[in-house]
Amino acid sequence: MKKLINDPDAVTREALEGMAVAHGDRVRVSIEPAYVVRADAPIQGKVAIVSGGGAGHEPMHGGFVGPGMLDAACPGAVFTSPTPDQMLEATKAVDGGAGVLHIVKNYTGDVLNFEMAADLAKGEGIDVEAVVINDDVAVEDSLYTAGRRGVGATILAEKLCGAAADQGRSLADVAELCRRVNAEARSMGMALTACTTPQSGEPSFELGDDEMEIGIGIHGEPGRYREKLAPAAAIVERMASVVVEDLPFNSGDRVLAFVNGMGGTPLIELYIVYRDLHRLLAERGITIERNLIGDYITSLEMAGCSITLLRLDDELTSLWDAPVDTLALRWGA
Amino acid sequence: MSPSDTLGHAAVEDWLRRFAADIAANKALLVKLDTAIGDGDHGTNMDRGMRKVLEKLDDLDGGDVGATLKAVGMALVSSVGGAAGPLYGTLFLQMGQSAAGRDSLDLEGWTAALDAGVKGVQARGKAQEGDKTMLDALLPAVEALRSAAGEGAGLAEALERSAGAARAGMEATIPLEARKGRASYLGPRSVGHQDPGATSSHLLLRAAADAARAG
Repeated sequence: MKKLINDPDAVTREALEGMAVAHGDRVRVSIEPAYVVRADAPIQGKVAIVSGGGAGHEPMHGGFVGPGMLDAACPGAVFTSPTPDQMLEATKAVDGGAGVLHIVKNYTGDVLNFEMAADLAKGEGIDVEAVVINDDVAVEDSLYTAGRRGVGATILAEKLCGAAADQGRSLADVAELCRRVNAEARSMGMALTACTTPQSGEPSFELGDDEMEIGIGIHGEPGRYREKLAPAAAIVERMASVVVEDLPFNSGDRVLAFVNGMGGTPLIELYIVYRDLHRLLAERGITIERNLIGDYITSLEMAGCSITLLRLDDELTSLWDAPVDTLALRWGA
Repeated sequence: MSPSDTLGHAAVEDWLRRFAADIAANKALLVKLDTAIGDGDHGTNMDRGMRKVLEKLDDLDGGDVGATLKAVGMALVSSVGGAAGPLYGTLFLQMGQSAAGRDSLDLEGWTAALDAGVKGVQARGKAQEGDKTMLDALLPAVEALRSAAGEGAGLAEALERSAGAARAGMEATIPLEARKGRASYLGPRSVGHQDPGATSSHLLLRAAADAARAG
């Protein structure tokens, strides 16, 4: 294992300490328990939005804390859910009296810990709603599994709900919007290489030089299919056709297309993926109205990408265009 | 009732210290099992949690077994993360609830406490026996306690049988296809691997049997 670290057990804490000294003007960082809140929290009368999950997916979620997006993020150890005490303290720190929305990715650990946190917060008189994101179409047999995983749609939901909360909408409305975004979005990911967590020191799976994993998760979980490496266009076809047919996205639909890098893939390759995705969607009569291209939900140093499509309407498009001012996503501000 | 027929507060502490030591000794094994079908953090997370539990035990002065088990549960909930944090946390919180105010547990009290803990795990995780989870070690262990009690076995003998049932349940997870947790995403590819949660649960009950025999 070759990593720029000091201590495998202190990766999250030391990264948070770096964030605190780098961006103390924009975010407040608590180390124990670990959470990041926007510097001006709580915003009185605004629904607050809290997300969280294991570290190792940077910039998610800490990079999305700020005006127009998240009020707080709770990072766990690498690929490990944060704990209820962190979520409770973060929830209390951002509650401005209008309630708090927890945006939770569908992983057993995240869901169970957020459930316990919501119970504790309600016990302290805070109005909490939780929405679980589960957009990963790679998980087919959802009746007999823990269900589809939450991946790319998570940050789209965080951005759109952040904009809705800024408009002064109620907790029930923002939660309903979050559920709608989840319902209208689908994703799938692939990997060219595995990743290595600092704690284990070993790659999460073994992959031959000429192989790829289709349908991977964002924690180094192996995929659904191991296949021979193929040109980008064939890989995009393989993933995007599943994504398109699952919702399904139909001719005439307008979408937000999100091409996400897994951490170890250069931007130049992501643009090739976007080119091929654009062509494939055009052939199917689907118009890309907004896009997002880059490393936003990573899996440490894994090489690979994921594709997320979100069906847009005028409301979602205008919420997407609303100002956002976070470390990783910033426009109009 | 002879002293060996109950687990006093010291024996419960001994159990927890043994479990912490067993988790530390098997950390690499748990990581390896979890890397095969999950995300590879089970050994690290449980070890972090049990080290926190050991710190808590050093600060405890009371003789209330229930209060100690609750403190253990809270320590795990706030330090383990993953699915194991809320699940093991709930196990100990419910055990503590069942044992509240008691300075020792006889076989009946231990069985009631473990049963309450395991029911809590079931309610939190919504898993069934055969889903390839920690319950595959825990549920047979409770069953074995009941039948041992029915046959008039003493505490140490009953806990020994319960640890044996947990081991058998753990080994029986190998051919199962996972239906809960991250391993479920692998579908048939989860077959052939021993479940890491069932493995740590076996360690928990093995440590209890060792503590009962020593006590």
